[in-house]
Amino acid sequence: MKQLLILSGKGGTGKTTIASAFIKLSDAKAYADCDVDAPNLHLVMHQPSEPEMTDYYGLPKAEINPDSCVKCDLCRQNCRFDAINAGAEYKVDYYACEGCGVCEAVCPAGAVFLKPAVAGELMLHAGDKVFSTAELTMGSGTSGKLVAEVKKQMKAAAQDIDLAIIDGSPGIGCPVIASLSGADMVLIVAEPSISGISDMERIIKTAEKFQTKVAVCINKYDTNIENTEKIRSFCQKYELPFAGVIPFDPDAIKAINNAQSIIDIDCAAGRAAKEVFNTTIKILNA
Amino acid sequence: MKIAVLSGKGGTGKTLVSVNLASVAKEAVYIDCDVEEPNGHLFFKPEDIESKDISVRIPFADVDRCNGCRKCVDFCKFNALAYISNKLIVFDEVCHSCGGCTLFCPEKALSEKEKIIGKVQKGVSGNVTIITGILNIGEVSGVPIIKTILNSINEDKEFTFIDCPPGSACTVMESIKDADYCIMVAEPTLFGVHNLNMVYKLVSLFDKPHGVVLNKCLEGENPAEKFCIEKGIKVLGKIPFESELGILNSDALIAARENEKYRDMFFSLLQIVTKEVQHETIINP
Amino acid sequence: MKIAIPVDDKSMETSVCQSFGRTPYFLIYDTESKESLFIDNSAAASQGGAGIKAAQTIVDNNVSALLTPRCGENAADVIKAADIKIYKTFNDSIMDNINALNDGKLSLLVDIHAGFHGHGGN
Repeated sequence: MKQLLILSGKGGTGKTTIASAFIKLSDAKAYADCDVDAPNLHLVMHQPSEPEMTDYYGLPKAEINPDSCVKCDLCRQNCRFDAINAGAEYKVDYYACEGCGVCEAVCPAGAVFLKPAVAGELMLHAGDKVFSTAELTMGSGTSGKLVAEVKKQMKAAAQDIDLAIIDGSPGIGCPVIASLSGADMVLIVAEPSISGISDMERIIKTAEKFQTKVAVCINKYDTNIENTEKIRSFCQKYELPFAGVIPFDPDAIKAINNAQSIIDIDCAAGRAAKEVFNTTIKILNA
Repeated sequence: MKIAVLSGKGGTGKTLVSVNLASVAKEAVYIDCDVEEPNGHLFFKPEDIESKDISVRIPFADVDRCNGCRKCVDFCKFNALAYISNKLIVFDEVCHSCGGCTLFCPEKALSEKEKIIGKVQKGVSGNVTIITGILNIGEVSGVPIIKTILNSINEDKEFTFIDCPPGSACTVMESIKDADYCIMVAEPTLFGVHNLNMVYKLVSLFDKPHGVVLNKCLEGENPAEKFCIEKGIKVLGKIPFESELGILNSDALIAARENEKYRDMFFSLLQIVTKEVQHETIINP
Repeated sequence: MKIAIPVDDKSMETSVCQSFGRTPYFLIYDTESKESLFIDNSAAASQGGAGIKAAQTIVDNNVSALLTPRCGENAADVIKAADIKIYKTFNDSIMDNINALNDGKLSLLVDIHAGFHGHGGN
């Protein structure tokens, strides 16, 4: 199975809009939404039935039994994450706790214990197409592992499929790193703004740490032609394959707001996305 | 007053709003907590920059004291330690700096050293003090940097604007923890509303007074506005979708400093926000 | 010599697992006595650092070589520190790879990919 991952660095450049277009154009039999923090792909890729849901357990969280607690304060003193509050009762701040187990080990009264904690929910649609997604419970920090689970459940359900398209998340941290593993190619969706260029450079540096092919395309290119040219020159300078440009298109917004992909209607963005798709696939198979 | 600006979805205009509001205030502090992809400094181009490295503590073993009991390897919930060929190996980037291994080593063979994961830069641009957190590429968590920045807030400026990361994960929670008020920026798209709902749940969970700024407003129905009406969320203001504003922003120019029209628009918004925050502080001291 | 291979199931007919750190089982095989032992990989359920923990398991089983399609840099550091050689498997079949190793036809794994920094994998 070949995995094509769509990333951007900056948020709001159009990853999901483009990923959904690509999925429709390639009639991909397997796709996943790895933006577990704020998943959106399911809003455009309608599914015929309910998914199989699985609780995702992140790091465990500590809990203090007030009946056994002797208020020695050792747990609070040794917690590096400021996750224990001393009040009328000693209590663990659920969201700050990282499940390291120091409080449990240091408590002389056996009053602290680690409990499994649900940190998200995995969803799998496995019909004639496989769609894997998940949503992270807010405040959770182990989204890298949840991303890994999303890809794992997609791969398990889609063993004989040759192309999988993966909608990634913004940023350069652990969820992005987790989605990069196993990807055969990364398409970076850049935005022609100074912020967008700065973020694009950081995501390219992150992707280079893995040995995956990296290509760049520019979305909403006509909102700033000067910056578009800056990105093109950058790609030339660093010998990064350039997959094309997509114009800013109010019809694209209309399509998305009607829960349709830009390929489902006839619009300039959709036509341009098709060209970018063809170029991307050529690079993937080269 | 400390005002956090967040959105759930990326690219809705957090930086646009926080940078411009800070610019029209008499005196303000702008804090960039999007440590993975900080952008505020690109607009302000701060001067007189002071930089401070941020580090976390990582264990290392004294080979003479270590007797290979492997208590540390077994304790570590993050699998950051391995004991191979009579040597302890520590994996820095997996370590969460909880201090457990060092605390529980029966031979007292472990100590901690500092590892730099990023930096905090402080600078000035006119009326604004800019504090930017930057996470080094390859490091996993920006939370220690955000904690450091927010602990160093100078209370004597009237306004502090906290530019948050996108999403609703641990970094966002950390960023809004001490905020007096949360401005949620929303864009009029299906994706925008879906993610607005997520941060709305977050600010509600933390009992933070909040309001919404609708950005990139076009003619016709606005799904984000509809959401606010349904949930009874106060709409603080509407920023129109204008290519003029878009171009200024994409060239990293501060619209309120470049153009009278935008200066007035953001100044009005600041006044509305100020009134809201004062009102909230009276009813919820 | 004793070798280790990440495998999908506890059988000689199953396929080589694509992941090292999160493989469900390891096959520990003695190329001389032809004895095989399947062990659970406790690292598979880890939140992070799975490669490190899996590598520690391999090392503790006293193998001289690891046959795997991929390996992350943290796991590779652990395995190399124990002077264990890492070979790249060329297909899904356990026996094909073992035979290739015996015939000297298996090459060393040279492209170690960057670690997932404790929060990902596959």
